[in-house]
Amino acid sequence: MTVGILFDMTKCIGCGACADACKEQNKLPGPVEEVTTAYTWTTVEAREGQYVRHLCMHCLVPTCASVCPVAALHKTPEGPVVYDADKCMGCRYCMMACPFDVPKYQWDRAIPIIGKCIMCTSRVKQGEATACATACPAEATVFGSRADMLKEAKERIRKEPDKYIDHVYGLKEAGGTGVLMISGVPFEKMGLKAKLTDEPPAMRTWQVLSNIPDFVAVWGVFLYGVHWITARRDTVAHHEAARKGPDTIDTTHTGRPS
Amino acid sequence: MNSTATLPAGRFRLGFWTTVFALLTIPFLAITFLRFSKGLGAVTNLSDKFPWGLWIGFDLLCGVGLAAGAFTLTAVVHLFNLKRFEPIVRPTILTGFLGYIFVILALMFDLGQPWRIWHTIIYWNPHSVMFEVGWCVMLYTTVLSLEFAPVVLERFGFHAPVRMIHRLITPLVIAGVILSTLHQSSLGTLYLIVPSKLHPLWYSQLLPLFFYISAIGAGIGMVILESYMSKRAFGRHLEMDLLEPLARAMVVALGIYGLMRIQVIVRNGSYADVLNLTYEGKMFLLEFVLGVLLPVGLLAFRKLRTSPTWLVVGAFSAVLGFVVNRLNVSVTGMERASGIRYVPSVMEVIVSVTLIGIGMAAFALAVRYLKIFPEEKPAEEPEPEGS
Repeated sequence: MTVGILFDMTKCIGCGACADACKEQNKLPGPVEEVTTAYTWTTVEAREGQYVRHLCMHCLVPTCASVCPVAALHKTPEGPVVYDADKCMGCRYCMMACPFDVPKYQWDRAIPIIGKCIMCTSRVKQGEATACATACPAEATVFGSRADMLKEAKERIRKEPDKYIDHVYGLKEAGGTGVLMISGVPFEKMGLKAKLTDEPPAMRTWQVLSNIPDFVAVWGVFLYGVHWITARRDTVAHHEAARKGPDTIDTTHTGRPS
Repeated sequence: MNSTATLPAGRFRLGFWTTVFALLTIPFLAITFLRFSKGLGAVTNLSDKFPWGLWIGFDLLCGVGLAAGAFTLTAVVHLFNLKRFEPIVRPTILTGFLGYIFVILALMFDLGQPWRIWHTIIYWNPHSVMFEVGWCVMLYTTVLSLEFAPVVLERFGFHAPVRMIHRLITPLVIAGVILSTLHQSSLGTLYLIVPSKLHPLWYSQLLPLFFYISAIGAGIGMVILESYMSKRAFGRHLEMDLLEPLARAMVVALGIYGLMRIQVIVRNGSYADVLNLTYEGKMFLLEFVLGVLLPVGLLAFRKLRTSPTWLVVGAFSAVLGFVVNRLNVSVTGMERASGIRYVPSVMEVIVSVTLIGIGMAAFALAVRYLKIFPEEKPAEEPEPEGS
């Protein structure tokens, strides 16, 4: 079962209890900041008369996990995309690649690591809801299986079609995400990334990477073949020149008699 | 002015650039200390919105790309068997080797925790382009050092290992060409992951191919440029008989590359940015004029190709255009999606410039103490306009 979070922008009252709970649960230093950082993994932002939460979307095929050269990021069987700080060497390709710009870096530390929402993976493993969902007093952030969350989202839209945009954000974005959002205002205006492909970005690099073994074999044989032919030409040219006599020896390497 | 294989070591001339680089080492050391004590934020203009900057866009992408002359020339000499190019193979391999060392040094600054760079060896993720890049850097640096090793070993009279390397030169060169092909293209593949972020003037499924072909073109440009600089610095003559056919190869590579770029831009409609002269459009024009139109337009003519001055102008333009292209992919093309303008900090620039200086100093030292250039026949006079 893959877990999910449903965030309903129309229900959020902007109290920030989720952000506070996140800080406490993950023992993050400092107060909740304006934007997400390595030390603030979720924020609540007021826009267009409603509130939007910023947090890791926990993609079904996470781009960050696909790009990490040392596999420091991976998706757990339960669904959260988690981070192993002990492996990370700080290349920051995950930050570059994430279609939602989620991973943040500790720019102010001599020994820096990435910071991002890990969907309270230890709680989730024990069957508990995330800290943010538990703290939410308004049923704006709810937690459950992704299938249930999707059903709930569609149900809410069906019941009040005038209130909602008829779209569940995260259903298909970047190949689908564990966090789903519904809104009364177009998602783009709420600061969410639009124009994302339905296909996970990881497929585009995998298309190239998966062909490397074949390519190496073919390219290697081709290059050796070129060498074989040119070297052979050289040998033939030398033999022929030797047969004809010393004054016709061609010292150029093209194999053509001069 | 008869130059010998190893140049007279005694005279040390304190030139303008030597002085500049020497003076730069002081702020460089201070920045290095700051970087490792206070973190990346203290010295760079990088941020959560712009995590990759000059050290990736210039040092890594250009350092690797401009080292492409090494695999191209070793392939020409050892695989295509065009032995007359042999005299310029050594300086080219040295340039490639130093280019890779430059990249690794830059990574020591850019990686958050560079002391963990070896993690790619034990923690595998074959789905990651960066994993491929990491392995290519490791393996190709090894190949380059093996290809260059005979020069050093000869100097100290170790002939047995030199013979062994000579016997294995064909598989070594083939490994080098394969690794370079993978590495050059993989730097383009890195950006395939950001279809929603990289501007369509640069984003294309063909990015790996673009990076590969343009690296061959600019790598050759770099060989010409390096011959010219060696001429100036060490009083050598320009090997016009070798550089002229290389310039032809460069014209072909850049011509194919330019044509493919135009095809992509016409198809995805992003030429509108060029016509409207948007920020991205202007930067594209700069890149395309310098990197493709000028070098191809000039050096397609035999008359210009055989003139040392125009040859160098064309090659220099190609290299400049290449650098602008890599910075466009890594910086310009990513700015709109990030919502901010990234301009490198003075400290980032000083680190990059000093690292180049270290590379050039290493080249000069190698030329002085090792047999990098072939012995020149005393009869040959230097090119007239250089002396």
